[in-house]
Amino acid sequence: MVNFIWLVLIVLGVIVAGTSGKIEVVTLAALEGANNAVKTSLNLIAIITFWLGIMKLAEAAGLVQCLARLARPLLRFLFPEIPQNHPAFGAIVMNLCANILGLGNAATPMGMIAMQEMQKLNQGNLKTATSAMCTFLALNTSCITLIPTIIIGIRLMHNSADPTAIVGPTIFATTCGMIVAIAVDRFLYFFYRNR
Amino acid sequence: MLYSIITEVSRWIIPLAILFVLFAAVIKKVKVFEVFIEGAQEGFTTAIKTIPYLVAMLMAINIFRATGAMELLVHNLSPFFNYFYFPVEVLPHAIMRPLSGGAALGVATNIIATHGPDSYLGRLVSTMQGSTDTTFYVLTLYFGSVGITRYRYAVISGLAADFTTLVASVFIVNKVFGTGG
Repeated sequence: MVNFIWLVLIVLGVIVAGTSGKIEVVTLAALEGANNAVKTSLNLIAIITFWLGIMKLAEAAGLVQCLARLARPLLRFLFPEIPQNHPAFGAIVMNLCANILGLGNAATPMGMIAMQEMQKLNQGNLKTATSAMCTFLALNTSCITLIPTIIIGIRLMHNSADPTAIVGPTIFATTCGMIVAIAVDRFLYFFYRNR
Repeated sequence: MLYSIITEVSRWIIPLAILFVLFAAVIKKVKVFEVFIEGAQEGFTTAIKTIPYLVAMLMAINIFRATGAMELLVHNLSPFFNYFYFPVEVLPHAIMRPLSGGAALGVATNIIATHGPDSYLGRLVSTMQGSTDTTFYVLTLYFGSVGITRYRYAVISGLAADFTTLVASVFIVNKVFGTGG
């Protein structure tokens, strides 16, 4: 599916550029995109290094395992493949909490740690996502947000009478999204397993 | 009131969490500096590992956007969405959001600047911006950090969530604020 989407994005782009007589845009856009990607990854070095250090401390102090124990009853239904008290649970919970509070900087490293822990449990092809990973990403991308910081800032900048008026609707909309994400994920989980 | 509590919580939580971790580590007699460095060791490789994945994805998305293919898609989809009484002005945002966070934010800012933050469209696009995620970016980054190239059904559930959030945003903004303003 990703192969298909990726192909369509590029092919359509080249066709549109060609027919509108500005084919040179393609190369420029490709390089600009690549440049942004490298910058993003480089920016991540600092954040990830910092949080991996803190997480190692939390693990050594027994906090991650403790959190995993607390979270397991809640998440067991969604992640049946992850064994009891596995540190993956701890990282998943921390990532989701950071997402809910709108702490993007902390959420990404926690999510990557969760992915690494789940990759350790991957018994199939190491290039293929496990069901637990799919479920985690469904939760992650659809996660309820309590404070959409950036858009509130923009509303404030444009003299909104009530910049935070959209917080309630946002919570409602993300909740709907999350419910559907979980439902679709559960459905596809069984669908793909029986194939 | 509730909002200010949440804002305060998110201001304090990271510093307090760090402090809490350090205290817990000291109680367990962990050599804090050494263990921190041991963990941090992997930071560089993890971040660098994501480069080829992000380059591939952002490159494709940027070509799609900069060549005008995205605009064309929005243009061709408008009549269809119009049929369902969906406000076409926010359609570019809905289509860009899963692909490019920056581009979507640009559209949102533009709509807010043109129609005003407290107009129907301003509120709607604010809600849409606040409630959805840059699905493709997140998938690429997270899967990239562990070297996974076959995403299986992760894309479908992510996009299903995005679509639901879009419909829910239109519904709730109509319900709470009405379509006027």
